[in-house]
Amino acid sequence: MAQVTLNNVKKIYAGGVEAVKGVSFDIPDGGFCVLVGPSGCGKSTLLRMVAGLETISAGEVAIGSRVVNQVEPADRDIAMVFQNYALYPHMSVYDNMAYGLRNRGTPKDEIDKRVQEAARILAIEPFLQRRPRQLSGGQRQRVAMGRAIVRKPQVFLFDEPLSNLDAKLRVQMRVEIKKLQRALGVTAIYVTHDQVEAMTLSDKLVVMNGGQVEQIGVPSEVYRKPASRFVATFIGSPPMNLLPAKVDGHGIIALGDALLQARDLREDLATGTAVEVGLRPEDIEIASEGAAGSLPFDVEFIEELGATQLFHGQLAGKPFVMQAATGDVAAQAGRLWISVDPDKVHVFHAESGVRLGKA
Amino acid sequence: MQKYAHFKGLTIPLLLLLPQLMITVVFFYWPASQAVWQSFLLQDAFGISTEFVWFENYRDLFAKPEYYKALINTGIFSFFVALFSLSLALLFAVMADRQIRGAEVYKTLLIWPYAVAPAIAGVLWIFMFDPSLGMLARGLQSLGVNWNPRLNGNDAMTLVILAATWKQISYNFLFFLAGLQSIPKSVIEAAVIDGARPMRRFWTIVFPLLSPTTFFLLVVNLVYVFFDTFGIIDTVSGGGPSGATETLVYKVYSDGKGGTNLGGSAAQSVILLAMVIAMTAFQFRFIERKVTY
Ligand SMILES: Nc1ncnc2c1ncn2[C@@H]1O[C@H](COP(=O)(O)OP(=O)(O)OP(=O)(O)O)[C@@H](O)[C@H]1O
Ligand SMILES: [Mg+2]
Repeated sequence: MAQVTLNNVKKIYAGGVEAVKGVSFDIPDGGFCVLVGPSGCGKSTLLRMVAGLETISAGEVAIGSRVVNQVEPADRDIAMVFQNYALYPHMSVYDNMAYGLRNRGTPKDEIDKRVQEAARILAIEPFLQRRPRQLSGGQRQRVAMGRAIVRKPQVFLFDEPLSNLDAKLRVQMRVEIKKLQRALGVTAIYVTHDQVEAMTLSDKLVVMNGGQVEQIGVPSEVYRKPASRFVATFIGSPPMNLLPAKVDGHGIIALGDALLQARDLREDLATGTAVEVGLRPEDIEIASEGAAGSLPFDVEFIEELGATQLFHGQLAGKPFVMQAATGDVAAQAGRLWISVDPDKVHVFHAESGVRLGKA
Repeated sequence: MQKYAHFKGLTIPLLLLLPQLMITVVFFYWPASQAVWQSFLLQDAFGISTEFVWFENYRDLFAKPEYYKALINTGIFSFFVALFSLSLALLFAVMADRQIRGAEVYKTLLIWPYAVAPAIAGVLWIFMFDPSLGMLARGLQSLGVNWNPRLNGNDAMTLVILAATWKQISYNFLFFLAGLQSIPKSVIEAAVIDGARPMRRFWTIVFPLLSPTTFFLLVVNLVYVFFDTFGIIDTVSGGGPSGATETLVYKVYSDGKGGTNLGGSAAQSVILLAMVIAMTAFQFRFIERKVTY
């Protein structure tokens, strides 16, 4: 078991593409770090550099106290689970799991012990003699996990391991991966573009965009205090509403005619500074007409999600979404007056998109 | 849901198949049945009378030591051609698959030999290894090797094996390269992480995953050596010296040449035909069962 440290890691591909532009963070021993971001942001590249499958153009990757830039993948003491599972199609499930141990010259009875144990943990004992093509997607996924755990590595690396599964199985496997990682206490890095997976699995969330880190933090903090407009819209579903606004004195934002209080707002901003105000659909409350800080919201249509409903419409001439528990708000088009707790008002710089929070 | 277009009645399918069926009938079934018929006939020396003799031509054939010699020659020839052309092609394909610089040029160059007609390939090799003109032959002689395929049966056999191998490498290379590229990159990467060094990776992952391709090519190559090498042998050695490079297919030609022993020649071609049918049938059975994973 080991901590993983990335120090200003860069990747420039042969064609000149700068896929990772200097990333630094560290994962404590036994931590679960999720890299999340849109397609093409460099998550896989970063993970593959930790694995040793891509060379590191600049910076340092350390596993434990050892810098591994020049260490072969096989000697980094890591195990990786691929999106397409990458099982060896011509080997039985047993041999798939035993392969890595055999290559390392582990004694036969030790191999058998470890494979049987992994099979028991993952409930794949009945399939040990089958070939991968005779298994369902979920079972293959388990075999891929099994192949990773028999090796007892220092670090698990996952590259979108669940994206080939159906929605229900994905939720189930997500829970199992988390449980397994806890039980084994192995440090994990997990790549996904699914923000629900990212929130639920991680104890350290790294949000990436365009080869750079946008924010690092525990998931609740990333959700409560997104460091940028990008993070704000990427984390949370449905995404945060963003509305153009102006600073109107200390802790006050002018949104059209209405004035809104924002608790987390820098105090050195001149009145009239152009900003963007962010309101999460789930943070919106119903207010009485004309009350201080209430905003008029013209509802156009309603989406049913079962437990909750989404109200779509216009606020200050911009598209706006509100989420409410079913039954709390009359489901009909028309004008609603709404308000937001000042603690839950996010303010971003209009151009750069950085959060204008208190220091 | 219907996946395929369905035709009502038989007319349209038959019409669509007709051109292919006609080609098969004219160029395969007709000559093949002629050969079978001929193999039961015996002509006198002047071609005046023909007699139906049942299996006498076959009996004659198996009574002659030359036939066994041709059989052994074919065995040696096909073993080495298949061995060299498969292993060299695999080696080249593995190298090309690594995406070395200039891989495209390299691939194109490797494919050229296949476009060369067998007779021309033969002439090429004759020139290179001609004891008095060929530069490679002179090179060998300067190394003290007494190289003369015109007199030495082993030299002649070596030469036809080289020529036939050279021609077959391109074909095998293409299939091996396609096979290599169809192995998912992540499977190889998983093996790298699993601690398999390149050689071990090749023998435990790549080679087994290529086995359907290898087996297919083995059969195709054997069929090639059995039938298609006629042109090369004819130009390079003419079956000589004193029958050292006379293979089964070449013997069909030399025995039938001038119409001296048409029946015997036909009997030989029927045997060859049976061998190839057997190999192909075996391949189909085998591919269905064993080699797939
Ligand atoms: N081998 C390569 N050569 C050149 N450019 C590459 C290579 N692999 C990836 N890239 C580029 O690097 C960038 C990051 O790719 P990467 O695969 O890391 O993205 P990702 O975040 O994993 O995306 P996804 O969610 O779609 O998997 C992309 O712009 C991609 O086009
Ligand atoms: Mg990726």
